Amino acid sequence: MKKRKIGIALSLVLAAGTLLGACGKSGDNKGNDTAKGGDKEKAFSVAMVTDVGGVDDKSFNQSAWEGLQKFGQDNGLKKGVGGYDYQQSKSDADYSTNLNTLARQNFDLVFGIGYMMQGAVDEIAKQQKNKHFAIVDSEVKEPNVASILFKEQEASFLVGIAAAMTTKSNKIGFIGGQESEVIGRFEAGFRAGVMAANPKATVDVQYAGAFDKAELGQSIASKMYSSGVDVIFAAAGATGNGMFKEAKDRKAKDPNANIWTIGVDRDQSDMGPDVVLTSAVKRVDVAVQDIAKKAKEGNFPGGKVTLYGLAEDGVVAAPINSKVANKADIEKAIKDWTDKIKSGAVKVPATVDELKDFKVK
Amino acid sequence: MSKRLSGIITPIIAVLLGIIVGTIIMLVCGYNPISAYTALWNGAFGQVYYFGEVVRQVTPYILAGLAVAFAFRVGLFNIGVEGQFIVGWLASVWVGVSFDLPKIIHLPLAIIAAILAGALWAYIPGILKARLRVHEVIVTIMMNYIALHVSNYLIKNVMTNHKDRTGMIKDSASLRSDWLQSMTDYSRLHWGIIIAIVCCFIMWFLLERTTKGFELRAVGFNQDAAQYAGMNVNRNIILSMVISGAFAGLAGAMDGLGTFGYITVKNGFTGVGFDGIAIALLGGNSALGVFFAAILFGALKVGALNMPLEAGVPNELVDIIIALIVFFVASSYIIRVALNRFGKKDVK
Repeated sequence: MKKRKIGIALSLVLAAGTLLGACGKSGDNKGNDTAKGGDKEKAFSVAMVTDVGGVDDKSFNQSAWEGLQKFGQDNGLKKGVGGYDYQQSKSDADYSTNLNTLARQNFDLVFGIGYMMQGAVDEIAKQQKNKHFAIVDSEVKEPNVASILFKEQEASFLVGIAAAMTTKSNKIGFIGGQESEVIGRFEAGFRAGVMAANPKATVDVQYAGAFDKAELGQSIASKMYSSGVDVIFAAAGATGNGMFKEAKDRKAKDPNANIWTIGVDRDQSDMGPDVVLTSAVKRVDVAVQDIAKKAKEGNFPGGKVTLYGLAEDGVVAAPINSKVANKADIEKAIKDWTDKIKSGAVKVPATVDELKDFKVK
Repeated sequence: MSKRLSGIITPIIAVLLGIIVGTIIMLVCGYNPISAYTALWNGAFGQVYYFGEVVRQVTPYILAGLAVAFAFRVGLFNIGVEGQFIVGWLASVWVGVSFDLPKIIHLPLAIIAAILAGALWAYIPGILKARLRVHEVIVTIMMNYIALHVSNYLIKNVMTNHKDRTGMIKDSASLRSDWLQSMTDYSRLHWGIIIAIVCCFIMWFLLERTTKGFELRAVGFNQDAAQYAGMNVNRNIILSMVISGAFAGLAGAMDGLGTFGYITVKNGFTGVGFDGIAIALLGGNSALGVFFAAILFGALKVGALNMPLEAGVPNELVDIIIALIVFFVASSYIIRVALNRFGKKDVK
């Protein structure tokens, strides 16, 4: 009995071994083919590495990938090696391997999406000096790395204006993801905007400590709404999805409630057509396309920080919800402030420290 | 003899079944399994760089697997390897950043700090289990969250001034080697693999060749019998948790002093500790088994990153295959238990 079982097991192992062996051989040939194909292509090729959020995070990474796809289509590239492609990271340890893999596949430019990749980009740029990299939301001081930063505070300032003009209770909420420089810019700009448009309004600032905890976002939003807050801005990635849910739930119970939310990174009006006032949009796609285009033309801004603000169309405030009573007034105010910021008459604070010195005439 | 043989064959069959079912899933979803597995292979061993990365990934996996396996041999389920891993990582980087010492003192000091941190983190559930009979699974899970958030707080507020990551550790505390890196075309391979292999030997020797190891195993087999034989069960429970935590903390030092050289504020768990559970299970809780299982998991994890690029297959598929392997290892255990039962009935 026992012997037969072992016999069956052994034959299974052998059979599987042969099968897999065959796979290996035919596969090897194919691997060589693709490598050859890659060599033939001479077109400019770009790729990106997502952070742990993944390429379909409905926000940051997704926007970058959309930009890359657009760039690829405009330049007649195909998805894959020699064209445009992306690699997803599942943990912090994957950043380095992914960046290296793409650089090794001879992509002309490799984007690291997100400040979490700063260490990995820094290190690999030093090792592979003849390859070009770009990093979003952080700065790497290497001659072959282009750093992309956004003036998030400018978009936040504008949505702050909108929030201050919409609130009736003069209580406004801000939900941050993890405390960091980037989210600090969102917070400072938002509070400055509220202050500029409605000095009587107060902003309740809370950090969730995570970008991927929707349930936490919901409980924070619930507490804020219960305390009389009627407009909340969440700069917290997927954590903000909880805020949308809470707002929709409250609106469903009481359709006349004055409950509003403000989205982040992309126009999130699809998250709740009745409750999303506007969004502080960060055009990662515009920035990615712009840098790729510059690199293709031979003007790669290596070793430099490229700033994307209102003036560069890198950040904008999404269209105001048509259900807001004073929509026209808000739009006019936003336009006025946009002009002032673009002309340099107003400098929006980028940190909470700068906010203390911020004054509106 | 047959027990030993089945102990070797069971995990191999589980791996093969996992791969076969993975193939079926790929076929059903319309992917080409041959190109997928080729990409997986190329991504793990196709270039010397990837080989270096596999070894780099295997290093903490071995130690995390040993940590889980060691506790398991004493009848404890240490789910807290993840947390012990994080505090070990933190402690090693802390020592690595804040001291200026010659390498011969600094590097061992950083490693010992990681071991102590991990051991301390496991000592708490150990003593709660031994003294108050609090179940170690619950305590260790909670300790994971405490480790995650406390280390995030310390990184942000104590080690740096509201930054997301610490500075690089000093060279004198680093496990990295330019020689190993240049050999493997700039992979992050470091000397930690030697430590991991030595630890495999230590675990085997401790459990199989020492009196203390016999006691520990005896507690694992049957606590009451061990007590009756005059062994101090409580002390052995605490000791096993401490040693298990020491392995886990050491795994953290591998990432802290080797792979990264710094620690970042973490949004969530790293997964190394949880993968360690699967590795220990596949490796049958033996030192040699853990070693081979860690190599398999490391190769799968690193190779998977190449699958979307080369074969257009999402790398989540490897997670499915790993889950299937674990499932088959677990269910083969059930089958074996069932077979043994029937066997006994026949004898009667």
